[in-house]
Amino acid sequence: MDAKVNRKKLGLKEKYKLLTRDLGWEPSYHAKEKIFPYATYEGIKIHDWDKWEDPFRLTMDSYWKYQAEKERKFYAIIDAHAQNNGHLNLTDARYLSALKIFLQAISPGEYAASKGFARVGREFPGVGTQVACQMQAIDEIRHAQTQIHAMSNYNRFYNGFHAFAQQRDRIWYTSVARSFFDDAMSAGPFEFMIAIGFSFEYVLTNLLFVPFMSGAAYNGDMATVTFGFSAQSDEARHMTLGLECIKFMLEQDPANLPIIQSWIDKWFWRGFRLLGLVGTMMDYMLPKRVMSWREAWDIYGVANGTALFKDLARYGIRPPKSWDDAEAGIDHMSHQFMLGFYQWSFGTCFHSWIPSDEDMAWLAEKYPKSFNQYYLPRWQHIKKLAEAGTPFKNFGVAKLCQTCQLPTVFTEPDEASLLCHREGDYKGEKYHYCSDHCKEIFDNEPEKYIQSWLPLPQLFQAPNFGDIGAWMAWVDLKDGIDNGDYVGSQDEANFQAWRGLATSNSNAQAQGEQ
Amino acid sequence: MHIDLRTISIKPQRQAFDHLIRRFGDKQASRYQEGSYDIQAVENLHYRPTWDPDQALYDEGITRIVMQDWYAIKDPRQFYYSTYTLTRARQQETTEANFNFVETRGLGDMLPENLRQIALNVLVPLRHAAWGANMNNTFICGYGYGTTFTQPCMYHATDHLGIAQYLSRLGLLLGDTEALDKGKAAWMEGEAWQPMRRYLEDCLVVRDPFELFVAQNAALDGLLYPLIYERIVDDYLSTQGGSAVAMLCQFMNDWFDETSKWIDAVLKTVAAESSANRAQLEIWTAQHSEKAAKAVLPVVRLGLADEADDAVVEALAAFKARMKKTGIAF
Repeated sequence: MDAKVNRKKLGLKEKYKLLTRDLGWEPSYHAKEKIFPYATYEGIKIHDWDKWEDPFRLTMDSYWKYQAEKERKFYAIIDAHAQNNGHLNLTDARYLSALKIFLQAISPGEYAASKGFARVGREFPGVGTQVACQMQAIDEIRHAQTQIHAMSNYNRFYNGFHAFAQQRDRIWYTSVARSFFDDAMSAGPFEFMIAIGFSFEYVLTNLLFVPFMSGAAYNGDMATVTFGFSAQSDEARHMTLGLECIKFMLEQDPANLPIIQSWIDKWFWRGFRLLGLVGTMMDYMLPKRVMSWREAWDIYGVANGTALFKDLARYGIRPPKSWDDAEAGIDHMSHQFMLGFYQWSFGTCFHSWIPSDEDMAWLAEKYPKSFNQYYLPRWQHIKKLAEAGTPFKNFGVAKLCQTCQLPTVFTEPDEASLLCHREGDYKGEKYHYCSDHCKEIFDNEPEKYIQSWLPLPQLFQAPNFGDIGAWMAWVDLKDGIDNGDYVGSQDEANFQAWRGLATSNSNAQAQGEQ
Repeated sequence: MHIDLRTISIKPQRQAFDHLIRRFGDKQASRYQEGSYDIQAVENLHYRPTWDPDQALYDEGITRIVMQDWYAIKDPRQFYYSTYTLTRARQQETTEANFNFVETRGLGDMLPENLRQIALNVLVPLRHAAWGANMNNTFICGYGYGTTFTQPCMYHATDHLGIAQYLSRLGLLLGDTEALDKGKAAWMEGEAWQPMRRYLEDCLVVRDPFELFVAQNAALDGLLYPLIYERIVDDYLSTQGGSAVAMLCQFMNDWFDETSKWIDAVLKTVAAESSANRAQLEIWTAQHSEKAAKAVLPVVRLGLADEADDAVVEALAAFKARMKKTGIAF
């Protein structure tokens, strides 16, 4: 009656097992295939879900506790930042172009990842995997929200942030990021994990995250850097999950190897193309630079990537097929992107500009193999046109790659003076690609990629019918305010006037006060 | 004395993001609004899912409920990630203190044996039911449409995982790992638990997110939580000298009160949208609550024996009255 229970001492691992995977059960009233209908169609074979090693052991009560602490700090800092006009501490308002691209293209991706992880957190038949994916699902909601909240105050004072929700679905360059996440979410649960959990979180996150947040810190953007610090421990968990997932799949069955290898090939290249946006920000958009895109790639791409693929070699995994072409592209991509943004700046909801002489000297130093030879002459020509009062505007519509959605502005991997363009036929239609790798991705799943929504042809379709004004209204772009050159923009004038108010006793009237 | 500090004052260019000004007027938006409205992609989606090419990546058509605007649904608690985690972190502290109180004073060991058995028999297998509820809410979040509807379902899912973990700890505290083993055996084989397990497995094959919302969050939990945590734990066990168990279950009681407000608000908005929605909700609520009542009855018998039948009838009547307030009469 009053027998004391003799409690066994439970190890952490054992206890966590009781608190997670022991909760699940083998169903008997419905077939497992009906409960988990998408678990097998990709061809990945899993024999024993119990072999899954939990990448981190976090129970809900500690999750709430740790995350709430981080949330408290984060909101305290961004409240103070807003209250004290923290935006006036920026090195220069041209920095905000990077943030505008981030909010329009990347934050929606965080939200898509959250939906995707909720789906795979339900569709994987193993409890350990489900719990880990569910935690990432809720973390990704956090990231989308903290980013929107961090940038909300900038929206009150600067142009280009105001319509991120419409631009996510309509403007041309955000389609690059959205097609990446749409592609992952329309794939099965295992490919989703390789796409987001492995390629994006593990292989590429450092290239996105570290340079971006360091860029924010270097340029006085306390709001964004606080988000970055706050998200760091979440990202560490996500990276461990991505790596555990790939190892688990490889260990379960040798037949999984070729499928996974083809996904790694695909998603490395998809991610690499997407990260070109970050490269451009680092090389061109930061008034105070952290390091060049080339240097970031050498540290976070080459060094980390080499170690990772060395580690995975024991499973038979080799580095992504496109690795060498990516390496060759590094010296060119940011310049090609920025030249693209500048000439099409009428259609971007952020500003671009001609780099100053000092900027160009820095670029020449960082890119000894490419800048002076290929890009300096173009910028000098563009500068001359601007000085003559006839700035270079390209109102032609760029040809987009059917796979990655970027304009085909890249050059051949071995010949930087030759534009790279590939063409293919499928069921009587012609398709265009920016590279061999994007063509190969298309060729592996043509029925998927023929569905791609191409944002530039949309300009000629209903409701715009080739009318640029109508298109601008449709994408919520305020002509002459959100777009064009930074020099002479409202953002530039306001920032200077407000900074004058903050740092001197002059009574400069800012446009915002009218 | 009140002193106003001076800061430089700059007039903002605009109050809020365009999509929020369109919805709520030209004023500053709350963080709940910023983090919830229109943040899911809606148009020009690139590819159909390879796992089911008949649906779109975000598809309003996979439920029988039709909403002109899914963002008409809102969470009266205004939970976004931050307010959600801060709320749960505070509750977690209380729960931790309760567990600690029971453990350090040996209150678990002082429980009369018959009460301990009832607590173990009734509560421990429920950790599996909570896990089923977690999966169902994860599903609704994953496949439902519109963030103001789906976001709280993810929080609800992780709440259920938290509850499953609290129930597991309760089992360990009152009966060690054996209690968990016995609980699982009862869940898998015990006669009293089979209708409940069947109900949850039936839910796991429902792929209409809103029907699942009704079946799990309204019908099942709407009967289960009042019967288990109010009738059995608070009323019965506490009066018999088992208030230690009530301390360990405080989270579930508070949580049920809080989350019911959200569930009712969702149902009310959806029922008010159209007579077709209302009719569909009435059908689902009737069907699922009848099944759920049958599923909980044998479990309630484990605690209340002969009084169980009446208790379930009363709980069903209370549930009907609750649904009627949301506009759903069945």
